[in-house]
Amino acid sequence: MIGGLFIYNHKGEVLISRVYRDDIGRNAVDAFRVNVIHARQQVRSPVTNIARTSFFHVKRSNIWLAAVTKQNVNAAMVFEFLYKMCDVMTAYFGKISEENIKNNFVLIYELLDEILDFGYPQNSETGALKTFITQQGIKSQTKEEQSQITSQVTGQIGWRREGIKYRRNELFLDVLESVNLLMSPQGQVLSAHVSGRVVMKSYLSGMPECKFGMNDKIVIDKQGKGGTTDDTGKSGKQSIAIDDCTFHQCVRLSKFDSERSISFIPPDGEYELMRYRTTKDIILPFRVIPLVREVGRTKLEVKVVIKSNFKPSLLAQKIEVRIPTPLNTSGVQVICMKGKAKYKASENAIVWKIKRMAGMKESQISAEIELLPTNDKKKWARPPISMNFEVPFAPSGLKVRYLKVFEPKLNYSDHDVIKWVRYIGRSGIYETRC
Amino acid sequence: MTDSKYFTTTKKGEIFELKAELNSDKKEKKKEAVKKVIASMTVGKDVSALFPDVVNCMQTDNLELKKLVYLYLMNYAKSQPDMAIMAVNTFVKDCEDPNPLIRALAVRTMGCIRVDKITEYLCEPLRKCLKDEDPYVRKTAAVCVAKLHDINAQLVEDQGFLDTLKDLISDSNPMVVANAVAALSEIAESHPNSNLLDLNPQTINKLLTALNECTEWGQIFILDCLANYTPRDDRESQSICERVTPRLSHANSAVVLSAVKVLMKFMEMLPKDLDYYGTLLKKLAPPLVTLLSAEPELQYVALRNINLIVQKRPEILKHEMKVFFVKYNDPIYVKLEKLDIMIRLASQANIAQVLAELKEYATEVDVDFVRKAVRAIGRCAIKVEQSAERCVSTLLDLIQTKVNYVVQEAIVVIKDIFRKYPNKYESVIATLCENLDSLDEPEARAAMIWIVGEYAERIDNADELLESFLEGFHDESTQVQLQLLTAIVKLFLKKPTETQELVQQVLSLATQDSDNPDLRDRGYIYWRLLSTDPVAAKEVVLAEKPLISEETDLIEPTLLDELICHIGTLASVYHKPPSAFVEGSRGVQHKRLPARAGSGESAESPEVGQSGTSEAPPAVIPSQGDLLGDLLNLDLAPATTTVPSVQPSMQMGAMDLLGGGLDSLPGVSHRTEMQSPQPSSDYSERELGGDIGGSPSMGAALGAPAAMPAALSNAPAVGGGLGDLFDLGGGVGMPTGFYVAPKTLFLPAMKAKGLEISGTFARRGGIIQMDLSLTNKAMSVMTDFAIQFNRNSFGLAPAGPLQVLTPLTPNQTIDVSLPLGTTGPVMKMEPLNNLQVAVKNNIDVFYFSCQYPLSLLFVEDGKMERQVFLATWKDIPNDNEAQFQIKDVHLNSDAASNKLQGSNIFTIAKRTVDAQDMLYQSIKLTNGIWVLAEMRVQTGNPNYTLSIKCRAPEVSQFVYQCYELVLKN
Repeated sequence: MIGGLFIYNHKGEVLISRVYRDDIGRNAVDAFRVNVIHARQQVRSPVTNIARTSFFHVKRSNIWLAAVTKQNVNAAMVFEFLYKMCDVMTAYFGKISEENIKNNFVLIYELLDEILDFGYPQNSETGALKTFITQQGIKSQTKEEQSQITSQVTGQIGWRREGIKYRRNELFLDVLESVNLLMSPQGQVLSAHVSGRVVMKSYLSGMPECKFGMNDKIVIDKQGKGGTTDDTGKSGKQSIAIDDCTFHQCVRLSKFDSERSISFIPPDGEYELMRYRTTKDIILPFRVIPLVREVGRTKLEVKVVIKSNFKPSLLAQKIEVRIPTPLNTSGVQVICMKGKAKYKASENAIVWKIKRMAGMKESQISAEIELLPTNDKKKWARPPISMNFEVPFAPSGLKVRYLKVFEPKLNYSDHDVIKWVRYIGRSGIYETRC
Repeated sequence: MTDSKYFTTTKKGEIFELKAELNSDKKEKKKEAVKKVIASMTVGKDVSALFPDVVNCMQTDNLELKKLVYLYLMNYAKSQPDMAIMAVNTFVKDCEDPNPLIRALAVRTMGCIRVDKITEYLCEPLRKCLKDEDPYVRKTAAVCVAKLHDINAQLVEDQGFLDTLKDLISDSNPMVVANAVAALSEIAESHPNSNLLDLNPQTINKLLTALNECTEWGQIFILDCLANYTPRDDRESQSICERVTPRLSHANSAVVLSAVKVLMKFMEMLPKDLDYYGTLLKKLAPPLVTLLSAEPELQYVALRNINLIVQKRPEILKHEMKVFFVKYNDPIYVKLEKLDIMIRLASQANIAQVLAELKEYATEVDVDFVRKAVRAIGRCAIKVEQSAERCVSTLLDLIQTKVNYVVQEAIVVIKDIFRKYPNKYESVIATLCENLDSLDEPEARAAMIWIVGEYAERIDNADELLESFLEGFHDESTQVQLQLLTAIVKLFLKKPTETQELVQQVLSLATQDSDNPDLRDRGYIYWRLLSTDPVAAKEVVLAEKPLISEETDLIEPTLLDELICHIGTLASVYHKPPSAFVEGSRGVQHKRLPARAGSGESAESPEVGQSGTSEAPPAVIPSQGDLLGDLLNLDLAPATTTVPSVQPSMQMGAMDLLGGGLDSLPGVSHRTEMQSPQPSSDYSERELGGDIGGSPSMGAALGAPAAMPAALSNAPAVGGGLGDLFDLGGGVGMPTGFYVAPKTLFLPAMKAKGLEISGTFARRGGIIQMDLSLTNKAMSVMTDFAIQFNRNSFGLAPAGPLQVLTPLTPNQTIDVSLPLGTTGPVMKMEPLNNLQVAVKNNIDVFYFSCQYPLSLLFVEDGKMERQVFLATWKDIPNDNEAQFQIKDVHLNSDAASNKLQGSNIFTIAKRTVDAQDMLYQSIKLTNGIWVLAEMRVQTGNPNYTLSIKCRAPEVSQFVYQCYELVLKN
């Protein structure tokens, strides 16, 4: 297991050092500094073995966090723990910086004592930790409070404390997707996938039992077969095939595995409920149609049409098209119907920006590129045209069907909860070859 | 709230100031002082002098202060053990505190204070805390047991904490269960043979239940523990897999990887034709792909593991090539790993895409990455024949870039392509020659020289080119020197007229002016070859080279299997077994994948003690009842161990049954030999138990894997019955024939480029035979086997060629019986019965040594006349007499005498004095040496006394070994 944990500043000075195991000595602190932080070469691996001691490190801005061990530990767990450690620190005192760490070193030691015991990670959910590790010192607690704390820290629902109360029960769901595309000049999709996240902000009283439903193909098909038409009366609604998804630890995985239903008691505040990936039937918000013509050896004519491919009532934002130009470009003349376009010599590209664009529209840019004559035989490699945008829908087609909230002990029902759902689709790597 | 000020004090009289502050009456000042002390401690300053003052602050109601003092104590208690005692009272008191948080804090801290005197005081509070009503205290106490065990293992055992810890596995709180599992796993690791983590279906069930309820970390502890369990049969294996698969959707990558480990391991046990097996394979791919969207450090860990998984089960990710394409902003370590996996997944179906990518990568900035990309193009050419041409033209394009390291790397891989596809792409040589001057790395220079030498006849100015290298011959690295020597000799053989001077020059450089023995030797050999027999030289030097194999950097199969058992851990990141980087005993045990055959006994513990590698004939005898079980069990031990001997007479019955059921077994073709007990049957037994366990593909090779478990489960009963019969027979006095030990591993695959040889010796009807099993554990076909012995004590030599008629395909095993004569050259060996063997195949020549039982040399006409015996006995000086004890033989003298006769140890006379039988026996060796023996058997005493007289007393020891072996088997 983890033998020790060190935090360094960018110079390699130790800010925090906590040793959990006898086999890790003080010299380990120096070994890491000398061999990794002060190493001349760029770091080639996040795991370094120095004299039979293994160092795992992650870097946050210019702060190094290093976990040390002499055993065959679970490497994935060590990194997950280091990330968690960063999350916890951020939740307590904000940005991880030298100043913040020095200012809170007593708190960090206290946290390290709690979330790592003999090198074994223990409950590290900030929600639970904040109930008994505070910067203000321990207030006198009643016996009930104490046992409530311990049962929460060790309990099945370690991520939420009991007794949370809100006057207004409210929840926000954000479906955030990034759509990736590689398209051939002829408009053939070479590869496309969406990686999405469902982020939830919950402000709910008590210990609410939630059930999340989306238009998952497997679920819809199953219901279709069963002939049940409960609240999803509108049949024929499109469903999507999800390649893979992972869930926050609050979700009951065995239930998902057997019934594919997503049920959970959410943490308080903001967290990531799930991540998913889809590759089938992706709605591509934009199509880029390039036309490049070489006129002689010193001139290129480029025409690019973009077509928005979604409901006319919706508006895409922050649209940016990047058209690469050859290295030997000497001048560019651009004409565009909409937005602004500029040739940026330092980036070897024409950058065309459009603030807003409604669905089912098209726009066009044409450019004349003057080239310097070169004797370089090599042809221009024609890098792909890339695009950035943001659209108010989920390109995967994912729809939130419901998020039901049950809190049997308190007197509010599903109908009393105010729910907000928002879809944001952003471009990932969205490229069209030309 | 600015604690940073504590870091800044660096004055000289600091310690004194701090001392004063620590003893201050004001609480706030005290706390400030302790903070300063901790800050100094963090930075590495020695503040141990303040020990008593800090400990004095311990008695406080302020929890924050208390925690700081504890932190200090953990750091310095070891250096001040006597003073640390002062703290004990507070700890003991705190363990009784009404606040569970304080109780837990006390027991947690106490465990970290590694002072012997304190540990004694720790026991009572710990015992209480282990049974505390509060789960928070219990989960802390569980870890504390592991801490205490690390300090004083004996104490933990004596105090019975281990049992309490085991009880906690049934605790109602999932986190307590998880910590108890973690603690027990750690303790069990340092006691490899203890049955501490007694994993049985009940505990497994408890763990699986807790798995659904505990924290992400707890799930990891439990999954890692589950991975050490070996299910009883495929059904149990499947049911565990079913309950573990939901974990694949967990957001924590470590949970996912640990689940993958359990599944990969237990999958070994599932029959491949099972529907569930296919479902499981399909379920594994998406989560592995998802791991690649994690943070880069985790991606790295995931990729290193995927690299193993792809080698073990390529089918899982074969359609996922695209996800391994390198992204522009990936860190370099992720890029390099992705590249590695891309090559492993490259196939005819996706090669076009892969090549396009690789070409892109070859223009990146990172030198290592670019080199690897170029190398990858070469490997694609070798792996996918259809793509070779495109690869070559891509490489040529890259050479045109004139980027120095790209050119050099490309030349190295083009050399390999020539080796794989001779006479196909030589047209590019001209382009390569243009770049001769830019090569400054030894590997590239050596590759280029090889190409020039190999194709000297097509390069007009080959002599000039090679001559240019010769100028700085002594400054070159050995690699280049050797290559240059060979290349010039090749050139000479191809164009003798013009290059005589050149060859003489290089030969004298290599032999006279060089200190390197390798170079000198090679030089002399060429010189002699060229001067004595140029035709032979041509045959040797210009011989057709074997084609190179496709996969050169695969991890060796047994290591791969071991690493699969370590998925997610450091071992899987380093691709090394834990023993390579962990000190001491911890985690050094080798883990093995479970066997596919689902026999009951094989399951319990795959890590049976069997780690000693004794070269002497094995003496372990399984009890008769669970013969089969034991065999299976033992075969699961590491491959280097000797296979224990089995009483052949008993095995026969069971074997015949098995043989009948599995006609495809190679061993069964020796059916005729069944009368005289063994080798064929012995062999098939091994097949079932061991090799199938080792590599699942074996199962498929044998044709009917599904049928095997059934056959196996039938066998023990029948075998036992027959065994009894034979046992009776033995008592009545049936001669049992020559005892043949089961095959032992002579040559591990690791040492012989994938060829594994195990074998034994037998004497059948006066003919000495060496029974060998050759297994091909490499990737390519092996042919052209031959065998040769070194001189040995009794002139043993092969009496015929090694009969391997068909090429040995990967994963195939072949059995051969090699007849031996005793007329070979004689040289006394140490030990006497040592035999050094050389085996050649198309790949290389391998050497191993083994020892044969001396009884191999006991001839059939070794029965001496009584009179002669008496005279000889007297004639041999008493100094030559050696006495031995043979212990624990439960045979009467008649049965023993019968058994010995089977091995040509003849009883000439028997005398009974005072209930003691004296047997007089004679033996004749193949070289005419007589050995006389007197064996005393007392009724009711299992220990025999053996006196051996021989004119060559050095054989006595080995004769005694034969007695042991024969009588005990």
